[in-house]
Amino acid sequence: MNPLLVIDRLCVRYDSRDVLQALSLDVAPGELVALMAPSGAGKTTALRAVAALQSFDEGRIVVDGFALIPGPLPPESQLVPLRRRVGLVFQGHALFEHLSARDNVTLALRHVLGKSRKDADAIAERLLDSLEVGARASAWPRQLSGGEAQRVAIARALALDPPVVLMDEPTAALDPARRTALGTTLRRLCKQGRGLLVATHDAEFARAHADRVLTLGEVRG
Amino acid sequence: MLLWGGDAEGGAPFVEADPADPSQVRGFDVEVAGRIARGLDRTSRFVQIQWSNIDQSVERGDFMLGLSGVEDTPTRRALHAVTLPYFEFREVLAVRPADTIRVHRLRDLRGRRVATLGATIAYDLLMRLRDSTGIIPISYDDDVHPYGDLVAGRVDAVLLDHIIAQRALRRRGGSGGGFVILPQPVAVGRYVGVLARADSMLRDSVDAILREAMRDGSLEQIFRRWNVWDPSQSVLFDRVLRSGRSAMTTPVATRGIAQIIAYLPSLARAAVVTALVSALSMMLAVFVGLALASGRLYGSGWLRALTALYIEVIRGTPLLLQLFVIYYGLAGIVRLPAFLAAILGLGLNYAAYEAEIYRGALLAVPRAQLEAGRTLGLSERQILRLVRGPQALRYALAPMTNDFVALLKDSALVSVITVVELTKETAIYATNVGNWIVPGALCAVVYLAMSLPLARLARRLEQRWGGRAA
Repeated sequence: MNPLLVIDRLCVRYDSRDVLQALSLDVAPGELVALMAPSGAGKTTALRAVAALQSFDEGRIVVDGFALIPGPLPPESQLVPLRRRVGLVFQGHALFEHLSARDNVTLALRHVLGKSRKDADAIAERLLDSLEVGARASAWPRQLSGGEAQRVAIARALALDPPVVLMDEPTAALDPARRTALGTTLRRLCKQGRGLLVATHDAEFARAHADRVLTLGEVRG
Repeated sequence: MLLWGGDAEGGAPFVEADPADPSQVRGFDVEVAGRIARGLDRTSRFVQIQWSNIDQSVERGDFMLGLSGVEDTPTRRALHAVTLPYFEFREVLAVRPADTIRVHRLRDLRGRRVATLGATIAYDLLMRLRDSTGIIPISYDDDVHPYGDLVAGRVDAVLLDHIIAQRALRRRGGSGGGFVILPQPVAVGRYVGVLARADSMLRDSVDAILREAMRDGSLEQIFRRWNVWDPSQSVLFDRVLRSGRSAMTTPVATRGIAQIIAYLPSLARAAVVTALVSALSMMLAVFVGLALASGRLYGSGWLRALTALYIEVIRGTPLLLQLFVIYYGLAGIVRLPAFLAAILGLGLNYAAYEAEIYRGALLAVPRAQLEAGRTLGLSERQILRLVRGPQALRYALAPMTNDFVALLKDSALVSVITVVELTKETAIYATNVGNWIVPGALCAVVYLAMSLPLARLARRLEQRWGGRAA
């Protein structure tokens, strides 16, 4: 099966210091890949490069057929196809504080896909229900617990129905019971045929739920 | 030493800075003061004081005698020690030459704008006649701009003392100066000296000296030197010399509650003007401020430089100067109505401050919020409108409320371009009743009634949107 995400010899330098050196990996449909490394080892940088939030210096990234090349980021208008192919769940969630949980999910549905408020609400509520936070649809982000906020953030990342989902340190603020629940949720996303790349330094979580565990040092070269 | 107060800004022939030595003053009031000082065996010394504050200042003891075209009014007589009248003036109308066919009297100016100096007999007269004649009184802080605005077409007539009118005509080059003075006077008034209420003994001495100066012809000589002598002064002198001082009539001004009630409608009107000017200026400031802040954050290099320049120039120069430039300075290019000029001046000034608030607020929105918008496929414009803007609004709200309250009070400055708002109306009221306590308190209550609910509203909104940032 063709991989959904290919990262090929990715290099990122800040001020001539290597943050990432020739990272290569791929993620197949239905696969959960954990990217392991200590903090500060460039996991987040890799995810940001795939989401085109930052440029890279060498290598190649292909997301479901959409290729990113080294050099300055292309203008946002050229990235629209990428945005519909990859969703990113930020560490700390970065939910829009001025919008309810529901509207966090409907924002892209309405303003990128041009859906009516009614249709967007229906899709958002279905997504929130499937992640077991449907009851919190009207709550403000500041009223949500850590686990709830994370589920809403996942729902938001799934709004455009991307085949690839990236997650940055999803277990950072979760207790053990919540970590297991998160693992179950992520497996369900894989069953839908999505490819998941999860950056984490939580070895236990990675071993328990990932199909493959890549450690940054090991995948080099 | 006789300290006497006058306003050299009022100019010749009353009191003006001597062109040969600007540290000295000259004018007929200067010579009258000199004559009085000689009679008292003292030397005279001039104290500069803003014309409308002469009464308050003499009562405070800043000087002993106020003398600068001070008018004889019932209120002044009731509240201060006032000398004999030493000069009789006529309130005359000035109109544009084309209007002389139609306009002969005040009554002919129904629905037209008539300018005068605030807090004068002429202003009171216009206010009294406002309802019966339908004229629109416009008050100025000085007696030069009314004539300029008459020629420019901003007002249709000017009602002021004949001395001031004739001087304005001379300055503008005589009969070709763009306006004419109507021959028939609207009213007659007299100039007096004013002393503190407790100084009635000194006042009596001054009166004796003035009588003497009328008898020995020295007063006539002074007026002749300054080209203001006319037969009506002889008539005035005769009347003064024939009568005792009590015969000069000391009518009693209305005082107390009745006077407060009589002023309430004007204060209410002025409060509405203040509220309107403030609200409309703030709206303008918000829109222009948003545009400036966006230009400074998102614009190209030259647009960023241009907006930065605008902000620095506006913040670095006085609002008062900006108002003058917009109203008088631009009059040659675009003749803005005073109300519009006031809103433009205040609005464009505050826009610079708003722009910096919005820029700071936009920069305070965490980067992750903007990146979250980008990963969802929103365009930069959509992110600004749907994510960054609404979040920045929460940071901007408290400083914006602060600015609105400040603007509400700064709106008092627009009185310099003839908009009669709350503070100006209060000043007129205070001058008329002769003290600042009741008018000042009333005015403060109205300002507080407008500003306190604003602060409350801001607090409520902040609570509703939550103070916590993402």
